[in-house]
Amino acid sequence: MGKLSRVALLYVTAVVAAAVAVLVRGPFTGLGWSYIAVLGALVIISESRATQLRQGRLSWSPSSTAMLASVVLVGPVGAALVGACTAVALRRGPSVLQRVFNTAMHVLSAYLAGRAYLALGGHVGLPDASSFPRIIWPFAGAAVTQVAVNHGLLGGVLWLTRDAEPASAHAGVGLSARLQLSDLGYGAFGLLIAALWRVVGPFAPVLVLIPFIVARWAMAQFAEQQRAYEATMGALCQAVETKDFYTRGHSERVSRGSVMIAREIGMRGARLEALRYAGMLHDVGKLGVPTKVLQKTGKLTEEEYQAIQLHPMQGLAIVREIGFLDEALAGIMHHHERIDGRGYPTGLAGDEIPEFARVLAVADAFDSMTSTRSYRGARPVEEAIAELGKWSGTQFDPAFVAAFVAAIRREGWQRSAGEPAAAGGGLGAPSTAGPQDERSAPAVQDRDDPAAPQRVDSQ
Amino acid sequence: MRDSGQLLLVTAAGMVLVASVAQTAVAGPRDVRIAVAFGALIAFGELLRLNLPGDRESAPVGFAGALGYALLIRVGAHPVDDAAGQVVTVTAIGMIAGALPHLAAGRPARVRGMALRLLSVACVALVFRPIAGNADVVKNWGLAFSLMTSLAVAAVLLEVVLTAVLRVDEQRARFRVALVDEMRVQLPLGAAVAASALLIAFAAEVMGLAALAVFTAPLLVTQVAFRRYAGIRATYLQTVRALAKVTEIGGYVEVGHSERVSKLAVAIGRELGIHEPELLELEYAALMHDIGQLSLRDPIPGGATVLVSRQDQRRIAELGADVIQQARVLGSVAEIVRRQNEPYRETDTASLPGAAWEQGAAGQHGRASGSPLGSRIIKAANAFDDLVGSSLDPVRAAAAVQRLRLDTGSEYDPGAVEALSRVVARRSLIHL
Repeated sequence: MGKLSRVALLYVTAVVAAAVAVLVRGPFTGLGWSYIAVLGALVIISESRATQLRQGRLSWSPSSTAMLASVVLVGPVGAALVGACTAVALRRGPSVLQRVFNTAMHVLSAYLAGRAYLALGGHVGLPDASSFPRIIWPFAGAAVTQVAVNHGLLGGVLWLTRDAEPASAHAGVGLSARLQLSDLGYGAFGLLIAALWRVVGPFAPVLVLIPFIVARWAMAQFAEQQRAYEATMGALCQAVETKDFYTRGHSERVSRGSVMIAREIGMRGARLEALRYAGMLHDVGKLGVPTKVLQKTGKLTEEEYQAIQLHPMQGLAIVREIGFLDEALAGIMHHHERIDGRGYPTGLAGDEIPEFARVLAVADAFDSMTSTRSYRGARPVEEAIAELGKWSGTQFDPAFVAAFVAAIRREGWQRSAGEPAAAGGGLGAPSTAGPQDERSAPAVQDRDDPAAPQRVDSQ
Repeated sequence: MRDSGQLLLVTAAGMVLVASVAQTAVAGPRDVRIAVAFGALIAFGELLRLNLPGDRESAPVGFAGALGYALLIRVGAHPVDDAAGQVVTVTAIGMIAGALPHLAAGRPARVRGMALRLLSVACVALVFRPIAGNADVVKNWGLAFSLMTSLAVAAVLLEVVLTAVLRVDEQRARFRVALVDEMRVQLPLGAAVAASALLIAFAAEVMGLAALAVFTAPLLVTQVAFRRYAGIRATYLQTVRALAKVTEIGGYVEVGHSERVSKLAVAIGRELGIHEPELLELEYAALMHDIGQLSLRDPIPGGATVLVSRQDQRRIAELGADVIQQARVLGSVAEIVRRQNEPYRETDTASLPGAAWEQGAAGQHGRASGSPLGSRIIKAANAFDDLVGSSLDPVRAAAAVQRLRLDTGSEYDPGAVEALSRVVARRSLIHL
């Protein structure tokens, strides 16, 4: 939240004052303190976790479930007290102001959920078999109220502080819209805790929450593995590139460019991921091409040209066993096909070429053009865009060229490090071990350069 | 011989099932509506079975449903007094019904996992069904609660222990190691299964059979999370395996070298009682042990690193470790690769060959170089593969082991070489 404007400060003060009023007014007679103690402890424990799970649709903190259970078991004031326990959470990170506001928000949402429950005819106390299914409607009202109040109050803060961090506010609103439904779903387990309390007492929340805690653990493991996987994939792709000094960072940038195109045409989810990996791995087969051919200066013989043309197939041979890649495999194999059918390895034309391959071809050519090669300097982005336009329809799929150009116009293009034109850039290309090791061959030609026509002796 | 454990298990499960069916047939089925509901839940759970890391199979929803049925006291106000035989029969029918679509789709039946779960459920049912109708137990909820909780936990533990026993049989792992590994992978999901089983049993009292659907939901969330976790683990391994092949495609090493070394290294590691997480690191390191060669301008002829100078070997190892270090998350893998060529003993002891030999043979690690166990295993496995290659000839393999043995104490870790010789001897028996 950082520094707040006067209006925002006023807003926060009002929310906190309302929460304090609820907590001070009571009444506190006849409250089930044992319920409040157990559920409050649960809230403290769950809020003390350093990381909240935010992975796709599985986004959840047990504390809102506990507050909804307390709505049924101890009513609005008791629920507000359970909500107040969020203040005690032993979590580092949020500022004092954030913490105070969060606590006030939970107090208010729990209290109002409790009032909604009563207003819709809900009875406070242990539900029994006769309470079902009548209890469901008041409880649903309480759950909706809780989610709405939470998101409303949070949205207010984000809206009032939007000038300071416009991007994060925007992202926050989008996120909350997606989360509301799942919040409601998890809230339903509050009713189950309340219902089970009659049978197993205070073990009810523990039993209900164990599967979720395990799920959260598994999701954390998943996230950790995914990070590790990304890092390992990146490192291995770099290892492949060490063979060719001029293509340092190329895979990474082709991957990024392909994703820009794919996003532009509305691709998302697993396909987008697969395309990202396809970009990283598209040239892996170049390792099968003898170094002396890859780095040869001057014209190639027919045999050498054929050796180069084999690299998409060899790439396929390497990555074929990576199960999830599926569509990416076709992309890697066909990324040197041309729309007019004059590409390799199979000479497919037009729509016969897999979509991934057509996307990769555009990003691959563009990055080659905007990177330095020994036989030519890096071309400016504008010139490269013009060049893409020129070959659009013969070498490249026009739809993807258009999408790429639109994406570059909006987001810009981060070209390879060490390019004089890319002042302040270089984010994409990692600088690994000193280039002295590899610079043994100064006159290196990128034999995989889709932007430069291959020169074959016999032609 | 290798399947003896599994055969025993399936036979036991089959006998329990036959006895149960006979008992149910004689006594007649009871509470058919409840039985059908639980049978359907078990079938559904079996349909959704899940593969955990390390080629483990699990069906959390089906298992929880079956345990919930075994622990059932009341559905609403109606007391449930189904006999143990009926619980086992319903569980078996549900499992088979859930496995049929898998078979139809050409996937393996996974009889072993089903037998394990059926036996665990049968144990719980045998203990709890006779007391479920006992008024003293049912009225004293503290007693009932603790009894049911311990039975649910025991069932999950039983499954884990039986799986570990089978793995000892199959993979020649040590029991203690197998058990700890099994617990590490299975217990989190097992906790969720036990909790869900209890929830189903308890909640049926409050909300009737709707409890089955309601309390399957949290377990489904858990299962989705585990599926994604297992998926990324499998993808990770596949990717490292695939990308390790770049050295072969590039002509830097002989085709199949990385994979053979990694298989051998993992077998040696298992023989030496290494736990699964470290075994995985060892596998990654073995797969990528030659990745440093990519930085060489020209491949070493034949790729046999054992034939180049020690200095070059060191440089390749360093370069490879640098590559892996880039990933930041594989620190110990990089360390294993970096030190894969270090001799078992530092050179100063080499001036006294006799003493070094004796000390090495006696297994004293006093002045050893202190390279990680993984490095020492890969060093031995790599040297063996450079000498033997893809050949399956037992004589050649024995000769190679003999040659490595001569260098134990100075060059190779005697423990690793002995484990290697056991692995190779077993393999020769198979190929003879």
